[in-house]
Amino acid sequence: MKIRAQIGMVLNLDKCIGCHTCSVTCKNVWTSREGMEYAWFNNVETKPGVGYPQQWENQEKWQGGWQRHSNGSITPKMGSKRKILANIFANPALPEIDDYYEPFDFDYQHLHQAKSGNHPPTARPRSLISGQRMEKITSGPNWEEILGVEFSKRRADKNFEQIQADMYGQFENTFMMYLPRLCEHCLNPSCVASCPSGAIYKREEDGIVLIDQDKCRGWRMCVSACPYKKIYYNWKSGKSEKCIFCYPRIESGQPTVCAETCVGRIRYLGVLLYDADQIHQAASTEKTQDLYQAQCDLFLDPNDPEVIKAARQEGIPEAWITAAQQSPVYKMAIDWQVALPLHPEYRTLPMVWYVPPLSPIQTAVEAGYVGKTGEIPDLKSLRIPIKYLANLLTAGEEQPVIRALERMIAMRAYMRAKHVDQVNDNDVLQQVGLDEASVESMYRYMAIANYEDRFVIPTSHREYAENAYDLKNGCGFSFGNGCSTGDNHVNLFGGKTTTSRNIIPVVIKE
Amino acid sequence: MNYINTLLFAIYPYIALSIFFLGSLIRYDRDQYTWKTSSSQILESRQLRRGSILFHVGIIMILLGHFVGLLTPTAVWHVLGISTSFKQLIAMLLGGIFGLVCLAGLIILIRRRLTNARVRANTNIMDFTILWLLLAQLVLGLLSIFVSAGHMDGQEMLKLMNWAQSIVTFQANDAALSIASVHWIYKLHVWLGMTLFLVFPFSRLVHIWSVPVSYLNRRYQLVRARVR
Repeated sequence: MKIRAQIGMVLNLDKCIGCHTCSVTCKNVWTSREGMEYAWFNNVETKPGVGYPQQWENQEKWQGGWQRHSNGSITPKMGSKRKILANIFANPALPEIDDYYEPFDFDYQHLHQAKSGNHPPTARPRSLISGQRMEKITSGPNWEEILGVEFSKRRADKNFEQIQADMYGQFENTFMMYLPRLCEHCLNPSCVASCPSGAIYKREEDGIVLIDQDKCRGWRMCVSACPYKKIYYNWKSGKSEKCIFCYPRIESGQPTVCAETCVGRIRYLGVLLYDADQIHQAASTEKTQDLYQAQCDLFLDPNDPEVIKAARQEGIPEAWITAAQQSPVYKMAIDWQVALPLHPEYRTLPMVWYVPPLSPIQTAVEAGYVGKTGEIPDLKSLRIPIKYLANLLTAGEEQPVIRALERMIAMRAYMRAKHVDQVNDNDVLQQVGLDEASVESMYRYMAIANYEDRFVIPTSHREYAENAYDLKNGCGFSFGNGCSTGDNHVNLFGGKTTTSRNIIPVVIKE
Repeated sequence: MNYINTLLFAIYPYIALSIFFLGSLIRYDRDQYTWKTSSSQILESRQLRRGSILFHVGIIMILLGHFVGLLTPTAVWHVLGISTSFKQLIAMLLGGIFGLVCLAGLIILIRRRLTNARVRANTNIMDFTILWLLLAQLVLGLLSIFVSAGHMDGQEMLKLMNWAQSIVTFQANDAALSIASVHWIYKLHVWLGMTLFLVFPFSRLVHIWSVPVSYLNRRYQLVRARVR
């Protein structure tokens, strides 16, 4: 057993209001730069829809994730190492900028400088890549906002598989939900596996997946290999970039920017302990429907004395073990099983999990049952089809989605009975396999969702990693070479002066 | 004339190669963030796929041919039973075929860089310099095939082999002597070749150093731990 710790995230989609605060704050902090205008480390999609970049879930097209072969081995869906190298001159599955959107700005200055005329001046869009006028903006990072695109186009959503989708194109049956997306910081990342330079790595201490910007050579295989399309090629710097899980904040015990600023308080961050030796086996599980369970089995009970002992031996700091015991992520994903991974069928073992959203019940009559008699309504009457959620979160397996939704309904029914009717409705709890203590805890974490409960992040022990005295007079996060500001704007080796961060020396462990 | 010959073919190569090695080393050490392929595939993919594959396959074969053909001593060829004139024939044939493949790719890539607004806006002077230098060098190389066709005995090729082998064995005088009497097209081709070495560290060509062969025997997953 090789115990490792990872910071995981849970998003409670039941509470997401689609306000995009996470996307905007993330953009302002990390990607508001030339070359990365089109990149959103965090974006919120309206589902059903093809998303951003377009049809990112269509792996026949983009070749992301892993592929299991009949002999039980797995390789990146793009192909073997040889095939990846053979495609190095031109990646056949690389999305073009138009698959995301052409970044643009508006000629705001024209509003000030326009000569007096019969019509008020307008600020027209201009491409940020070529600088040329754009007559019409045809796509964007949230083009399908609140189902803003006709159904015939959104119909290409991969999650409609095995669903009579056309029915949901009718107004009476239409449904929607929000899906905020970021890098999954997978346990079995296919971006790492496909990087010819070996520039992408997973950090041992907290599981964050990063791209070493100095080592990246711009072979751009990771862009295709990531099934979530969360690696972006910076067309200016010629390097790939991705969500860094706000590691400078995580290291100092703060939540990521997206989680910190979420007004719906839907995001949770916490430590999970897992057995790294079992990763390969779990990712190679034969049936895609079993991958969810296989991944759950990787996680270790942080209250088990054996696990604690093994974790200490592995050198995991005490604060991390304590954090794992209080982890909201562990509670939601494992204890209550209300959080589910996004597209486990990609076999990357993602570490950003989602609580499926409840939706209105189609007929009002049925709604009356809930809470009164303690019966759980037939989930088929929910507006969002169970199969759709299952295709999104459990590779089509409906049972885990049903369990999660039923538990959430039961929680509501129980708390409603308790607070409104002043009775303890234990029948409803029994139906869904919860007890009083856990439902109270669920209520505390999911409904009240206090800051301290949502974010249980132990600080990194940097003092073990480096001598603080050596950092005296240092320049922290710097541009250019070391502390040099690179202010002369001349670069001997071509290209503009660019950002480069001194990294802590590392040893590569395979 | 003799002085210029020595300068261009006995001194210049060492300057160019020194800058090639030292420049690469310094750039790798000091400014690795700039060390990249500078791919523009995300801005335009269709033409790039056509051009880039042709270009790279062609140029890799040509470069291999040059290294093997120029630097393998004549004696080795004779042991292998390959006569000088036969070797020249192979060189002309393979060089011609892959030269044309490379040329086709290069023209597609140049055209793409000139006509695609997005790619063009994201092109710096060095990107164009490299493309034009490569085009000139390739055309010179293809033209030299016609010159070679005038003397199939391989003696001119021997002179060029002597030059290359003298350069790498630090016999500058021999190098200058061996190349003095060849056709000017060869001379220009050789000089431009050295110039490519000269500009190498300052351009995107540095990605050649980073051919990721080690990927083939690497584990899929990489985990980094902090030094404790």
